[in-house]
Amino acid sequence: MNNLPRVSRQTWRFSKDIRILGSGVATGPLEGDGPLGKEFDCVFEDNYASEDSWEKAERKMLGKAVDAALQKARLTGEDIDVMLAGDLLNQIITSNYTARGLDLPLLGLFGACSTSMEGLAIAASLVEGGFVRYALTGCSSHNSTAERQFRYPTEYGGQKPPYAQWTVTGAGASVVGVGTAGPRITHATIGKVTDMGIKDPFDMGTAMAPAAADTIMKHFQDLNITPDYYDLIVTGDLGKVGYAILKDMLKDAGYEMSPHYRDCGMMIYRQDQDVFSGGSGCASSAVVTYSHIMNGLCSGKYQRVLVVATGALFSPVSFQQGESIPCIAHGVAMERVLA
Amino acid sequence: MSEYFIAFLVGGFICLIGQLMLDLTKMTPAHVMSTLVVAGVVMDGLGLYDPLIDFAGAGATVPITSFGHALYHGAWAEAEKNGLIGIITGIFEVPSAGISSAIVFGFLGALVFKPKG
Repeated sequence: MNNLPRVSRQTWRFSKDIRILGSGVATGPLEGDGPLGKEFDCVFEDNYASEDSWEKAERKMLGKAVDAALQKARLTGEDIDVMLAGDLLNQIITSNYTARGLDLPLLGLFGACSTSMEGLAIAASLVEGGFVRYALTGCSSHNSTAERQFRYPTEYGGQKPPYAQWTVTGAGASVVGVGTAGPRITHATIGKVTDMGIKDPFDMGTAMAPAAADTIMKHFQDLNITPDYYDLIVTGDLGKVGYAILKDMLKDAGYEMSPHYRDCGMMIYRQDQDVFSGGSGCASSAVVTYSHIMNGLCSGKYQRVLVVATGALFSPVSFQQGESIPCIAHGVAMERVLA
Repeated sequence: MSEYFIAFLVGGFICLIGQLMLDLTKMTPAHVMSTLVVAGVVMDGLGLYDPLIDFAGAGATVPITSFGHALYHGAWAEAEKNGLIGIITGIFEVPSAGISSAIVFGFLGALVFKPKG
């Protein structure tokens, strides 16, 4: 195998010592009450985060996550050469308005819930290419802003089927650069848009599982590895429904995912937290990756982790016009470096 | 006492139909609501809804199907008086109390609470 950055059409290898120098997470109260709550940098007591709209609350969370990431990386905004951020709202307003207050060069991203790893992969490649010294990447979602945008206003009180998911309220951010501390980013596999014809916007786990399976298999094939190369593989937000489908799909392809495979959307909440099939949203993978997984890679609980963030690329208009839901998944591999 | 029971059963049965439409089909809440309204219109057109109200009282007047019943009644009464144009002018005559109070109380609610979330 060669050592060029381009392993294949979809997989990149990072040859520099690119690290996640610091990461930060801010969430709402339901997430803070979940099993990973203790690992979050900032948990707001209510979904308004003391603001007067949910949209402003979401921005505040992204801002807090960015602050925490910079602080842990021992850097300031002036050290950051580019910010890569995205969210679920029209024209990615959370990212744009957050960056307005940061005085940073911004590249806005939209990959729906795959934005976390899209941003991390691009951040690492910009550092690898020498265009930036330090990149800041982050994303956010908010249950109430997402409900308003994609489904029904919360006041409407529409019922949801049990296979629906619960958009995570929170934000995650990280600082990427060449350094000597923090987990190393080794590879990224960029996903292709996959559409299996699912039209139900409540059933995103089923819609997204094939995209995740495609990216994971491509990653294994390109690097000639098997699932047990990693001691943790997570998908972003497939929920219970998509989790089971993905495991079956990979088993059929000859990859046994248990016991290494988990889903961020199922890790954030307890079983009794009434979130239907599990968490979803940009923040699902970002919050888990930039808290629990970073901590695990620093403490030695995990040695190698593959995060595959899954995104459903539909809009309220495309859904109302009866279009099916195109999906995507981006994977980023990280490993612990012994000091 | 038995009229309470009958109202509960009939009203509950209409809601059960709505719940089954939500659970067993891909219909959205808006689809279910419109379908029940149209069902009320059709039932009233066939002369079935008034006997149902006589039988079940609030069990038939509270669910959304009675909105269809009211639409039909208003349209029919005006049509009898003024011909075809009456269907248009009369359609909201009976339900106008419901529609107007929804707007007025919605407005009052919005003054007290936070309508934009």
